[in-house]
Amino acid sequence: MNYHWNWGILLEPSPDGQGTYLNMLLGGLRWTVLTSLAAWAVALVFGSLVGVMRTLPSWIAVHLGGAYIELFRNIPLLVQLFLWFFVIPELLPHDWGVWVKHLRYGAFYTAVVAIGLYMSARVATQVSAGINALPKGQSMAGTAIGLTPAQTYRYILLPMAYRIVLPPLTSEFLNTIKNTSVALTIGLMELTGAARSMQEFSFHVFEAFTAATVIYLALNAVVTIGMRALERALAVPGFNAAR
Amino acid sequence: MRMTRIIVAGCLAAAFAVPAAAQELTGTLKKIKDTGTITIGYRESSVPFSYLDDNQKPVGFAMDICAAIVAAVKGNLKLDKLEVKYNPVTSATRIPLIANGTVDLECGSTTNNVERQKQVSFTNTHFLTASRFVSKKASNIKSIADLAGKTVVSTSGTTNIRQVTEVNAAKGLNINILPAKDHAEAFLMVETDRAVAFVMDDILLASLVAGSKDPKAYVISDDAFSLPEPYGIMLRREDAPFKAVADGATAALYKSPEIVTLYAKWFQSPIPPKNLNLDVPLGAPLKKAFANPTDSGDPAAY
Amino acid sequence: MFSDFDFGVIWRALPYLFKEGMTFTLTLTAVATVGGVMLGTVIALLRLSSLPVLPKLAAGYVNVMRALPLVLVIFLFYFLMPYVGQWALRTSQPIQVGALSSTIITFTLFEAAYFAEIMRAGIQSIPHGQVAAGYAIGLTYRQVMSYVVLPQAFRNMLPVIFTQTIVLFQDTSLVYVLSITDFLGAASKVAQRDGRLTEMYLFAAAVYFLISFTASMLVKRLQARISIVR
Repeated sequence: MNYHWNWGILLEPSPDGQGTYLNMLLGGLRWTVLTSLAAWAVALVFGSLVGVMRTLPSWIAVHLGGAYIELFRNIPLLVQLFLWFFVIPELLPHDWGVWVKHLRYGAFYTAVVAIGLYMSARVATQVSAGINALPKGQSMAGTAIGLTPAQTYRYILLPMAYRIVLPPLTSEFLNTIKNTSVALTIGLMELTGAARSMQEFSFHVFEAFTAATVIYLALNAVVTIGMRALERALAVPGFNAAR
Repeated sequence: MRMTRIIVAGCLAAAFAVPAAAQELTGTLKKIKDTGTITIGYRESSVPFSYLDDNQKPVGFAMDICAAIVAAVKGNLKLDKLEVKYNPVTSATRIPLIANGTVDLECGSTTNNVERQKQVSFTNTHFLTASRFVSKKASNIKSIADLAGKTVVSTSGTTNIRQVTEVNAAKGLNINILPAKDHAEAFLMVETDRAVAFVMDDILLASLVAGSKDPKAYVISDDAFSLPEPYGIMLRREDAPFKAVADGATAALYKSPEIVTLYAKWFQSPIPPKNLNLDVPLGAPLKKAFANPTDSGDPAAY
Repeated sequence: MFSDFDFGVIWRALPYLFKEGMTFTLTLTAVATVGGVMLGTVIALLRLSSLPVLPKLAAGYVNVMRALPLVLVIFLFYFLMPYVGQWALRTSQPIQVGALSSTIITFTLFEAAYFAEIMRAGIQSIPHGQVAAGYAIGLTYRQVMSYVVLPQAFRNMLPVIFTQTIVLFQDTSLVYVLSITDFLGAASKVAQRDGRLTEMYLFAAAVYFLISFTASMLVKRLQARISIVR
C-alpha cells in the first residue's frame, strides 16, 4: 500500500488553535458524548410516554402511540435531521424561526431533538414490550390496593419494565451514540466530523479515521462494560427478556 | 497473510477489471490505456467552473479544459475510443479520491498551494481568486472584525475554511465556524440566516449571488482572507508522464486565442442553468498566467 | 406558511429523482442485502464452528462493525478500498473503484455484521436434535447445513431479514455525505439548485415513509403467516 503513514501527525498542532490534532479528535469525542447523553434523555422521556400510551386501555391512545412509532421509524434519520434543521424553522412564525436559526449551538440542539425523537420510537417499542411482559396480575394488584392508574404505572409497572428491558435499552443507547455521527451533515463537529476535518486539514486520511475508529471502539467498550454491570445489578430474577 | 490476499483478490476480481500485461507506459496513462476509460471528478456547485446544469450533467469552464486534456490523452495513447466517466467529488473528498485512484482528473475550483502539492499535483493555473466573504446587506457586516462572535459558514475541506479557522484562532474572534458539504449548501445557510457570512473564493461567491433569488440583497466583502490564489486541475503526484500530457494540453490551450473564447463563454456570456451572465472580465494577472502557463502554487508568482 | 409551497418543483424533478436517485437507492439496497445475507451466513457459520481461531475472528468482525457508526465506515471505505484492491491484486497503482461499487462493497461488509447476528440466532433456533439426526443418517457437515439447518433458519428469520432490509434501505441515504446521487442526494441537489428545501425534503420524507411503512406492513403479514417451525 503506497500510503505514507505518519502517526506523529496526531501530535502536531491543528489550525484551529485548540492544540494538536489529537485534541481536535477528543473535542469531537466530547460533542459525541454530550449529544448522545442529551439525545438519550429525550429518547427516554418521549419513548416512555409513548410506550405507556401503547399499553393504556384506550383505543385512541394505543393508535396515537402506534402512529408516532411508525412515523419516526419509517423516515431515515438523515432526512429527519434535515427536516428539523432546514424545514421546521421556515414553517415557524418568522421571529421564532430567526431565533432558532441564530442559536449559537443550533446544530447541537437540532441533533439532540432529531436523534432523541428518532430513538424515542425505538425506546417506546421496548418500554411497551417490557410492560406487556409483566403478568396482568401486577396492574390488577395495583388497582386492588387503591392506586390510580398513574400510580400503578409509576410505582409498579414502570420500575419493573425498565429493569426487564435494560439489555435492549443498552443496545439502543449504543445506537444513539453511533447515530450522533449523522449530525456532521448539519455541521456538528462530533467525532466523525472532527476526523473528517482533521483529514481535510492534514491530508492524513487514514490516521484520522483509524484514530476515530479506535476512539469509537473504546467508547463502545466502556459503555458496554458499564451497562452490563448495571444490568447484572438490576436484573429481575425470573424474567429473561434479554434477546 | 498470503491466503487472505488470495481470497480478497478472488472477491475483488469480479468487481474490477484486472489490468493487462505491462507495457512501457506507467501510472495513470497505463491505466487509461488498459481500461479504455478516464475518470473525471466534478463538483456539484462550483459555478462556472464545474457544476450541474438543468439536466444534472456536469458542465463548466474547468470541464471544458479537461475535455482538451482528455483529447490530448486520447491522441497520445493513439486510442480510437476513450470512455469518459464522471464521479462526483466534494471539497472534502477530492484529495483522497485523487490519491486513491478513484478519479484521474479533478476538474473544478481547487486552489493550488504548496501544502497540497505534497499530496497531489496540479496542471497549469486556470484562474486566480481571493478568499472573501458574502453576507446580507441587511446584516451590515463590513470587515472581518465584524464577524466576531457570529456564526460563519464555509465549505468543509477548502483552503477558505482553513484560513478563517486560522484567523479566528490568531485574532481570538470567537467565530462559530460551521462546515458545509458544498458551496450551494453553504450559501443557503446565509440565505436562510443560519450563518451571517460565507467565506469562499470571491469568484464562486459572485456566481452564487448572481444565481440567488435576490442578488441585490447580498454584498461581497472588501476584506480578503488571502491574496489571489491560483486554481488548477488536480491530478496524482509522482506521475510525470501523465502530468506532461496534461501540462502540454493546457499550455497549448491557454496560449491559443481559443482560451479567450472559452473564457468569454463561461464568464462573459449567459450560462446554464439560469442564463446568467457573470460578466467578469479577464484580468491582467490571469492574462499573464495564460500567456506563460505555470503550475506554481505560490500566490506571489502571479 | 405554506403559501409559497411550489408543487411544480417536485413535479418537474420527478424523472430525475426516480430514474437516477431511486434507481441508485434500490440497486444499492438490493445488492447489499443479498451480499450481506450471504456473507453474514458465512460469518455466522464460522462463528458457530469448532474450527480454531476463526470463531473468534468472526465474532471480532461482527463486534467491531457493530460498534462503528455507518457514516465513519462509508468515509473510510470510500478512501480505503482502492488501496485494498491494489494490495490484493498486487498492482502498481491503487485500483479504481466507482462510487456505486464502492458503496455496494461498504454496505455489504457493514450489513453482513448485522445479518450474521440474525443468521446466528436463526441457526441456533434449530433444535440440536435435528443436527444430530442429520449426522446419524450419514450426512456431512455441509449437507446438514445446506439441507437441514440453513433452509429452516432462513425461513424462520425471513421477517427479521426483511426488517433489517428496511433499515438498510433507510441507511443508504447516508451516501449523501459522499455527494452521490441516491434518492436523497438527488432531492437535495434539486433543493439547493432551486432554493426549494421545504418542498423537496418534505417530499423525500414522504416517499421514504411510504416505502418503508408499506414494506414493514408486508413484513408483519409475512410474520403472521410464517409461524416459527421447530
